[in-house]
Amino acid sequence: MSPTRIAWTALVAIVGIFLAIKAGQDLRLFTTVTLNGLTLAALYFVVASGFTLIFGLMRVVNMAHGSLYLLAGYLALEIQTRFFKEETGLGLSLSGSSDAEYGLLGWVVPLIVATLLIGLIGVVLQQVFLRWNQGQDLRQALITIALSVIIADQMLAAFGGISKDIATPSAWPTSITLPGDVRFGFFRGVVVLGSALLIGLVLWLIIKKTRFGKIVRAGVDDRDMVSALGINVNLVFMGAVFMGAMLAGFGGVLGGTMISLAPGQDTAFLLNSLIVVIIGGMGSLGGAAIGALALGLVDAYADVYLSFGGVDLTNYSIIVTFALLVGVLAVRPLGLFGRPA
Amino acid sequence: MNPVVSTKRLAWPVLAVVVVIAAIAPLFVTDFFLNVILTKALWLGIAASSLIFLAAYGGMVSLAQVGIYGIAGMAYANLVLADGGAAIAINPWVALVLALFIATVVGLGFGWIAARSEGIYFLMITLSFSVLVFYFFSQVTGLSGFGGINSVDLPAILGSPEQDPLPRYFVTLVVAVLVFLWLGALSRTAFGLSLQGVRDEPARMRALGFNVTLHRTLAFGVAAFVAGIAGVLSVFYNTRITPGSINLAQTIDILIIAVIGGLYRLEGAWVGALTYALIDNYSREWVPEVGNILGPARFNTLIGVLFLVIVLASPGGILGIGDQLRARFRGPRREAQAGPAPGPPATSAIE
Repeated sequence: MSPTRIAWTALVAIVGIFLAIKAGQDLRLFTTVTLNGLTLAALYFVVASGFTLIFGLMRVVNMAHGSLYLLAGYLALEIQTRFFKEETGLGLSLSGSSDAEYGLLGWVVPLIVATLLIGLIGVVLQQVFLRWNQGQDLRQALITIALSVIIADQMLAAFGGISKDIATPSAWPTSITLPGDVRFGFFRGVVVLGSALLIGLVLWLIIKKTRFGKIVRAGVDDRDMVSALGINVNLVFMGAVFMGAMLAGFGGVLGGTMISLAPGQDTAFLLNSLIVVIIGGMGSLGGAAIGALALGLVDAYADVYLSFGGVDLTNYSIIVTFALLVGVLAVRPLGLFGRPA
Repeated sequence: MNPVVSTKRLAWPVLAVVVVIAAIAPLFVTDFFLNVILTKALWLGIAASSLIFLAAYGGMVSLAQVGIYGIAGMAYANLVLADGGAAIAINPWVALVLALFIATVVGLGFGWIAARSEGIYFLMITLSFSVLVFYFFSQVTGLSGFGGINSVDLPAILGSPEQDPLPRYFVTLVVAVLVFLWLGALSRTAFGLSLQGVRDEPARMRALGFNVTLHRTLAFGVAAFVAGIAGVLSVFYNTRITPGSINLAQTIDILIIAVIGGLYRLEGAWVGALTYALIDNYSREWVPEVGNILGPARFNTLIGVLFLVIVLASPGGILGIGDQLRARFRGPRREAQAGPAPGPPATSAIE
């Protein structure tokens, strides 16, 4: 074993023992924190899997991925408040969520419509801005950065700077009680976690079992050969972008319900996606899952357990995220599951 | 091959004329213009030049430069007498040296991690570094104050810029010229030449016995030092620093400046910075109001569209447009010699 590997094993063991001690002290808190981490990881996975899908096939680093995420949330919110709001109170509340009732459709329809819209927007952006300069990866990254600047500014103009969130259907319970008397949010624990698992499964089936998936996998390995075999690569690219953007959109609606919609969330989720795929390895779906799990759990644990005795270091939790990133890159510069392009 | 990087000797007469014009400019412009346009363009240009140095001679487009200049600025503001932050209140000159030292060391660390990746991975990793630095200073209010660090103490040589902006302008000008000359000279040393070899043919350079990672890391350290200078100058300029001034938007602004000026020429940094400062200030007066979509409040949309147009039309930036025109007029023979001039310099540096 190399020294770095020994150091890594030792570090993982220390962190494991530390968490086990914390779990022994307060199991309820530990369960809640772990569930928080898992639900964050689920959301990160949904968003980052779209990012990694687009990159894996097309070598496009979509810096506007965070913008698509936030735009989906705002679109869903707009659809929800415009078409599904059933006033029951006086309608004076600023947040709009406290006195309005929403049926199940009032959440599901905005989710589907916003997700599809974002998929289409992604395809349009790709066809207009990225199709003709395929292969110039830096230029494409710069183009998507420019797009993200414009989209962010336009969203600020259209939706304002106040933090908003999408309402859940009124029929859904706010929380569920798990064994051990742990109460946890229903939306976070059931809807987000469940849909992430479902998406992971569907993606895995598409990639492994369908013809489209077969082409995508072949394209990841050798694009030129795939197009030489007479497959319409542009059509496949459009499909991949449609799926990737839809995943960002789906994540945006989940995140807009679970966390909030505000300027800056686009940056946050671009960063999260970047870290997830850098850790997991670009273009690998399994890597995205592992990366999301690592990032979500590290975020959740560092936010709570980073205080030793009287010294509260939770402010510095971002350093732990940074250390995770640096640690992985120091051992594997291409990420855990990354392969040379 | 990277045909767009200028290998010509320094155009001394041009530089002399520009410096003389800059030196006598205060006689002709208002204090407002001197401050808000010229001084700002000079330090923004230094920040952009660190990015361009890495891109042009190292083939590495780094988005970590704002993170590093934030570290230098925050370090300086914390070390001297100021309102907020650690406020250790040491001599500004000592703080200046320490801040540059910290920025360079952190830069070498970042560089060591990032230098082992290439191209687009490098861009992503450095972007993560920059955003993480922003989140770090946003979270740790002990180091960044609650509303940023205000009324920072400045070295005595600057006088009091509110009353007389001249000393600060000249200090920034001298530093900018020195940075330009230093980076230009560095690119012609043995280190600079082997760095360009690493940029073009890493595998061959490795086979020749050059330490590729070390070259990239050292180049990153040099760029970090220059970015640190820009960070301290930005504190001189604003007399304050907030986490909001080193966020992703600022990271992208520096990238935009570098791209406007042309990613492959050092002097482009200041051309881009001047253009940016002019648009930043005067766009409010002539931009038409189009509903909520365009108008004085939508500066980011305007700069984003400009950025997009430049990336789409001329990867060489404003200076690159001149090159393209020249190549067209001189006919196909010259063009063949100069390589694919209007093509993508961006990717040729990567792949």
